[in-house]
Amino acid sequence: MRHHHVLHVVAKMTIPLILVFALYVQFHGDFGPGGGFQAGVIFAAGLILYGLVFGADRLRRAVPAGLAGTLAAAGVLLYAGVGVAGMLLGGAFLDYGVLLPDPMAGQHLGILLIEFGVGVTVAAVMVSLFYCFTA
Amino acid sequence: MITAHLPALQVVVPLVAAPVCVLLRRSRGAWMVAMAVSLFAVAGAWSLLAGVLSRGPTSYLLGSWAAPWGIEYRVDETNAWVILVVSVISAAALLFARRSVEREVETDRIHLFYTAWLLCLAGLLGMAVTADAFNVFVFLEISSLSSYVLVSLGARRQALAAAFRYLVLGTVGATFFLIGVGLLYQVTGTLNMADLAARLSELGPHRTVTTAFGFLAVGIAVKSAVYPLHTWLPNAYAFAPSAVSVFLAGTATKVSLYLLLRFLFTVFGLEFVAGGPVPLLLALTGIAGLVAASVAAVRQEDAKRLLGFSSVAQIGYLVLGVSLLTTAGVAAALIHLFNHALMKAALFVCLGAIAYRVGSVRIADLAGIGRRMPWTASALVVGGLSLIGVPLTAGFVGKWYLVAAALESGWWPAAAAMLLASLIAVAYVWKLVESAYFRAPSPAAASVREAPVSMVAAAWGLAGANLWFGIDASLPIDVANRAAAALLGG
Repeated sequence: MRHHHVLHVVAKMTIPLILVFALYVQFHGDFGPGGGFQAGVIFAAGLILYGLVFGADRLRRAVPAGLAGTLAAAGVLLYAGVGVAGMLLGGAFLDYGVLLPDPMAGQHLGILLIEFGVGVTVAAVMVSLFYCFTA
Repeated sequence: MITAHLPALQVVVPLVAAPVCVLLRRSRGAWMVAMAVSLFAVAGAWSLLAGVLSRGPTSYLLGSWAAPWGIEYRVDETNAWVILVVSVISAAALLFARRSVEREVETDRIHLFYTAWLLCLAGLLGMAVTADAFNVFVFLEISSLSSYVLVSLGARRQALAAAFRYLVLGTVGATFFLIGVGLLYQVTGTLNMADLAARLSELGPHRTVTTAFGFLAVGIAVKSAVYPLHTWLPNAYAFAPSAVSVFLAGTATKVSLYLLLRFLFTVFGLEFVAGGPVPLLLALTGIAGLVAASVAAVRQEDAKRLLGFSSVAQIGYLVLGVSLLTTAGVAAALIHLFNHALMKAALFVCLGAIAYRVGSVRIADLAGIGRRMPWTASALVVGGLSLIGVPLTAGFVGKWYLVAAALESGWWPAAAAMLLASLIAVAYVWKLVESAYFRAPSPAAASVREAPVSMVAAAWGLAGANLWFGIDASLPIDVANRAAAALLGG
């Protein structure tokens, strides 16, 4: 792909937009269509596009395989951790209402954190899969 | 406070521990985490069972959302029993697994092996504990995907082919299950099992419901390896790492059979099931599985594959027990479910210990093991006797109740098939015993020592349980009777 200038230029222009759009889908998910899974896939698609166009080795330098594995686990831990926090604060597992004094704000914070955990794990797993196929 | 959360903790603790194992990156540390989680699950399951027996079913609302809309976890006699079986087998298999996995799995993958183990445990416990039909599917996928990974980590190259076959058929099964759940949701607009049951009984005869039932039954039958949908099982058990064979043989098909009970009796109800061709179909597949898989087992040269076919035959017993649609039949199936988990886990532990020392579980290579590895070989004999159903072993109790239940319903052919299959079991267990005790040691087995202490402890722990529950079976009989009464009465 070294000599495909058009691809290089277009990819450089679109990758930042893809990543920002992923963050929009992530954090706007509780008001509109979207959420952690979709956002994670879009974010990873941006990274994988970078890997395809500029070489998997350069992507590996930006996102080391070990980091991807760690993030995949960290996302699940964030999800489960929010659930357990609800238990420790006197509610049921995944009861967001008790996370903050105001139940409405608690629900909001809870779903935001949960979906962020999902997004991180999905993106990290997608990138790890890409590494498996390009190893 | 912790007891109120126990239904959720059964799933949450393994689910939290799995990513912790990934982050640890230490094989020994990951094993310790998995073991601690399994022991916690055993303690939790025991406490849940005791609670259910004294105070009746408990329910837990995830996220505090009220029941028909939110996801409800509900523990009654039946699934408390299944949860206990799963967690006990996981703990026993892990005791065996530490040394075995160090030998059979690459060192830098061992922490990931235990991660997959914990995810599988979370999935199996989740399938048992949840009262939401779609949530069952989610946990079914969690446990299935992780068990494909576990099988594929087997040392031999055939493990990949076996895991792939398991994946393809398992996915077909899970998809059928999902289609069934989707159709039920389309008709009733609910996913909660109790709510489904109430709305289905109001609905009366309905073609979509019948179709949904067909998809659900076939999907569950694939996952629980009911003959003739069992083809994934023998190779998956034969080529998986030894510890995985122990774990899956004791748990995976058992939880799927629990789902069969749950959907037959709790969701669709006795009236619906008894009116259709289901009891006859179940009985026929049960009898066919009993006989055909037992005959196939006799012809195997690989001991793990032999036990795989024997598992298919034992599932035939369970299906036959369920097909009677009587309290006695379902109770007998629940007793035998527990006993079969104990005996199969004991046998696979013994074969795993032999594989650890000899490096093979071909029956020819077992020759002379009785003298070289006396403790392992004697546990193998106890497990084998239990599999045949010799008195004073757990296997006898289960088969006695199954045959009695079949006779009570007047199903003479079923009782005859069970006795015939037990006779064939004598033949294939004898193949193992003869090779171990009555042959000169093979070159591979001539110089081996007794297996490590942890393996012998796991083997005799399970073999001892087979003897214990063969002599004093009051616990399984009491729980199974109450569970069957609750399933068929409610």
